[in-house]
Amino acid sequence: MKENLKIVIVGHIDHGKSTLIGRLFFDTGSLPEEKINEIKQVCDSLGKEMEFAFVMDHLEEEREQGITIDTAQTFFSTEKRNYTIIDAPGHIEFTKNMITGASQAEAAILLIDAEEGVKEQTRRHAYILGLLGLKQVIVAINKMDLVDYSKERFNEIKKEIEEFLEEINIVPSQVIPISAKEGECIVRKSPKIKWYGGINILEALDTFKIKGGAEMQSLRLPVQDIYKIKDKRVVVGRVESGTLEVGNQIVFLPNNFKTTIKSVEVFMNENKNKAVAGESIGLTFNNQLFFDRGQIICIEKAMPKVTKKFKGNLFWMSNTSLKKGEAVKMKCATQESSCIVKEISKRMDSSTLQVVETNADELKNREVGEVVFESDKELVLDDFNKVPALGRFVIEKNLDTAGGGIIVNLDDDAFGGSGAV
Amino acid sequence: MDYLDELESRSIYLIREAYKQFKDIAILWSIGKDSTVLLWLCKKAFFGKLPFPALHIDTSYKFPEIYEFRDKWAEKWGINLLVERNKDALEKGMGPHKDKLECCGQLKTEALKKAIGKHNFKALLLGIRRDEHGIRSKERFFSPRNREFQWDYKDQPPELWDQFKNKQEGEQHIRVHPLLDWTEQDVWRYIQRENIPVICLYFAKVGKRFRSIGCKTCCNPVDSKADTIAKIIEELKTTKVAERSGRAQDKERAYIMQKLRSLGYM
Repeated sequence: MKENLKIVIVGHIDHGKSTLIGRLFFDTGSLPEEKINEIKQVCDSLGKEMEFAFVMDHLEEEREQGITIDTAQTFFSTEKRNYTIIDAPGHIEFTKNMITGASQAEAAILLIDAEEGVKEQTRRHAYILGLLGLKQVIVAINKMDLVDYSKERFNEIKKEIEEFLEEINIVPSQVIPISAKEGECIVRKSPKIKWYGGINILEALDTFKIKGGAEMQSLRLPVQDIYKIKDKRVVVGRVESGTLEVGNQIVFLPNNFKTTIKSVEVFMNENKNKAVAGESIGLTFNNQLFFDRGQIICIEKAMPKVTKKFKGNLFWMSNTSLKKGEAVKMKCATQESSCIVKEISKRMDSSTLQVVETNADELKNREVGEVVFESDKELVLDDFNKVPALGRFVIEKNLDTAGGGIIVNLDDDAFGGSGAV
Repeated sequence: MDYLDELESRSIYLIREAYKQFKDIAILWSIGKDSTVLLWLCKKAFFGKLPFPALHIDTSYKFPEIYEFRDKWAEKWGINLLVERNKDALEKGMGPHKDKLECCGQLKTEALKKAIGKHNFKALLLGIRRDEHGIRSKERFFSPRNREFQWDYKDQPPELWDQFKNKQEGEQHIRVHPLLDWTEQDVWRYIQRENIPVICLYFAKVGKRFRSIGCKTCCNPVDSKADTIAKIIEELKTTKVAERSGRAQDKERAYIMQKLRSLGYM
């Protein structure tokens, strides 16, 4: 079976994200005939030429206004692998939908309009990729037909975006000149862009690497639930990182209970005795302890931090601001806790990364902040760069996710709390 | 882990999450291949025994094979099966000979509304997939439906890092979609690997088979010679025909699926 990779297409509004995807599908023969006919009919009724963006833009409002409102996912294959392509809306109003889409991807294509150049949402989306830990990025400079396939214009934009990406530690593996509308440099070499000797979009997709490596990180298994199966109490959850096997000595944090794994439980698989990152399993233990959702199963030699106080880089995506001093709900893996916003040490514009204010009173929609939280109860956390699953969190307001953050500099003593138990 | 293992594991995580957060839940079992795979995954998630019921919304216009399959496997698997119909509408003569949008609305959506009210479900597990239909590609894993049962597709809650909406407000209910990431091919590969029983209608007889099933009156078979799971998987690699091409409700008018879904259709 082929491997599968999820890719998100991001960039400023109207720079051609949905059109690129539509073109990619069309030129690789990945669309059912009916779909092509349906799109042609709708285009005729709207008095438009064949609109490739309609492959992704399916809502009536999207088609009539010619914009993407919500993120969509679709599937397509090359000889090498299967791809899930995630379209993300470019409009500033729908940034939270873009984040929803991008948070599920392993790699990204950042699209820039050759005529308009790098814009506000280009930079904001790029920043969000960095925040989400997406380091595999290809830049595509689109609408080259509008600038007469000019090499000079291409180089100008290439330089500008590379400089911006460098600030957020992203090095694009390719910068490709394309025209999604005309189909130049999408699935074949373009005779109109002779000065460009590099690969096309389709070839570039296959250069992305499948993320892996969670297995190599330290064991973290957040307890999801406890089931009573016949006479056994089974702790269920997903191995987020590392590996485990029967007989391993483990620790439940934050309680610091130590015990040994007695069995790995998977339905209709009696011989199961090991599990790796990504697997949803059940476990039983040699000692009957107090098990509860939100506990984190680890191994003693590589422990996360147990703390009530932590600092995160937080992207805020709600019309209601985050206010200093207020209580909010924080969720990290299966942990949930009420937290007080102790300090908003920096408030930044997410499109320029300029610090707007230090020691701020609130964080507004689409701003990024360096925020210090204090939790009611002890939390088990990791640095995002070491174990992503326990280094990222969401903040809820009015029962909806309103912010997403990553934890960095956890070992910094000023914020570190009590350290590992 | 291979790709099917990854899909399976993620789905089991989502199913367990839905049960943990809402407890009063049900799986919506249409008896088709997708919701049967979902039922299978629920069995795996809870080590063989579902801690919640399977709900079948019966329009009474389904294929006879559907009823037969449902009763046989519900008994074999020890499923707590709830069958609900919109009796009032049926008594008044609602059926596919009337307007199709209205028929789907009355016999499926309204019937489901009544069932949710009657049993007080806070969340439902559904086997929809993103690749089935453009409008389904925009769904979230945990998707709230408001009191009037509507889907506010223009303002969906953000969903990241497997943190989901875990509280329903007032009369809202949450639709949970554990198979959202699966494709039609993945479903068939998984059916093959796990040896999951499916209705015979999916397999070709005299040059035709059903790729998607629902009401007998509104489903047409597609041309096909695929009479085994292996042949279906081969066929799907090259087909240019859309999965739901035989489903009347998808094509009556432009955007009908969007309208049906925003009104609460499954």
